[in-house]
Amino acid sequence: MNSPFVAPAWITLASLVGLVSALIGDGLFDVVSWLIFSGLIALFLRAWMKRDRR
Amino acid sequence: MQRSAIKAWFVLHKWTSLVCTLFLLLLCLTGLPLVFGHEIAHLTGADPEVPAAPADATLRDLDAQVATALQHFPGNVPLFVGWDPDAPLMYVNTGARTDTPAPQMQTVLLNTISGEQVPAPQFNEGVMYFLYRLHTDLFLGLPGLLFMGAMGLLFVVAIISGLVLYGPFMRKQRFGTLRTGRNRRLAWLDLHNVIGIVTLGWALVVGLTGAINTLAKPLEQAWQTQQLGEFAAQYAGQPKPTQLASLQAAVATARAAEPEMRPAFVSFPGTGYSGDHHFGVFMQGNSPLTERLYRPVLIDATTGALTAQPQLPTYMTVLLLSQPLHFGDYGKLPLKILWALLDLLTIAVLVSGLYLWFKRGNTATRVAEIERAQTQEVA
Repeated sequence: MNSPFVAPAWITLASLVGLVSALIGDGLFDVVSWLIFSGLIALFLRAWMKRDRR
Repeated sequence: MQRSAIKAWFVLHKWTSLVCTLFLLLLCLTGLPLVFGHEIAHLTGADPEVPAAPADATLRDLDAQVATALQHFPGNVPLFVGWDPDAPLMYVNTGARTDTPAPQMQTVLLNTISGEQVPAPQFNEGVMYFLYRLHTDLFLGLPGLLFMGAMGLLFVVAIISGLVLYGPFMRKQRFGTLRTGRNRRLAWLDLHNVIGIVTLGWALVVGLTGAINTLAKPLEQAWQTQQLGEFAAQYAGQPKPTQLASLQAAVATARAAEPEMRPAFVSFPGTGYSGDHHFGVFMQGNSPLTERLYRPVLIDATTGALTAQPQLPTYMTVLLLSQPLHFGDYGKLPLKILWALLDLLTIAVLVSGLYLWFKRGNTATRVAEIERAQTQEVA
C-alpha cells in the first residue's frame, strides 16, 4: 500500500494551486480554482457515500 | 513510528487543538457571514446600488467632494478618501483628529459625478461590524488581535501534528475510509481524519494568513518608521502643514506618475499612512493580484509636488497578499460559496475533535490505539 501521506500531499498541492490560481488572473484562472475546491468537497462527499456501515 | 514519538505528537496535537478550538469555532462561525460581506451589504443597503457612470462622465472635483463630506461632520478633518472600483462611489473618512482610530471615524459616501451624498450606514456600526470585531480582535484592540493571531498559529501546529498522527492511523487503510457501522468513536475518528485531510491545504493557508493579518498594525507601524521615516526626516523641524495643497491635483500627479494604475485610496497627512507632510496616494493595478499590491505615491501636502514612489517592503507585500488568501474574496461568488463550504467542513473537524476528546481514554490508551493502527485495522 502507498504511503498514507500521498493523498494529503496531492490535496495540499491542489489546494495551493486553487488558492493561487484565482489570485493571479480572472476567467480561466477563476474556473481552475472553482474546479479544484469543488473537487475537494466532492472527495469528502464520495467518502461519505462509500462509507462502510458494517 | 516509535511509541515515544507517537506520544509526543499526540500530546502536542491534543493540547494545541484544545487551547484553540473554542476560538477557532468562533472564528469559523463569524467568518461565515463575513465571507459574504459584500453580498450582505448589497442586500441590506449598506452598500447601495448606484447606476454605472457613462464612460465620458466628468468626475466632480475631489476637493469639493471633501468639502461636502466635512459639511456633514462640522469640526472634523479628512482622514482617508477611497473609491469603489465597481460603482461611481467614493467614501470620505473623517474624524475629530488626524489620528482618530477606525471605530471613531465618521464616513460620508458620495456619488463621484454628482457629489450627492449616498445614504449608507457607517462602516463601523451594525451587525457585520460587530462580527468583524469579534472575528479580528474580540473588541480588545491590538492585544485581542495578537491573541487571535496566537490562536491561528496554534491551529497551524494542530493541523501539522494531526497530519503526523494521520500517518500511522491510515497506514493500513485507504484514503477516505469512513467506518460508521462499528462504534461511534471510530466513526467520528474517521470523519475527523477524512475532513481534516480534505481541508488540510486550505486550512493551513487560511490559518497562517489569518495569523499574519493580525500583525497588520505592527507591520504598518514598522513600515511607517522605516521607509516613510526616511522621507519624514527631510521635513524634520518643519511644522505640520495647516493649509493643504489640492487633493485633486495630488491625485492627478500620482496618476501621471503611475499611468498604468488607478488610485485606490488616499491617506491625509498625520493619519499614520504617509507621515505628517504627505498625501499618500495608494495606487492599484487592474489584475486580481496587482489590485491588492498597492503602490504608494507620496505627494507633498503643502506644495503638491511628487516626493517619492517607494516600493513596498517584502513584509508589507506578504501582508497585502495574506488578506485575500484569508478572506476568499478574490474569485467571485463561486469561490466564496466554496470558501463557506470549507469553513463548514472545518467546523466539522473542530466538533469531531471535541467529541473525540470528550470520549477520550487516557493518553496511554490513545497512543496504544495509534500503535495498533500501524500494524492492523482498528476494531
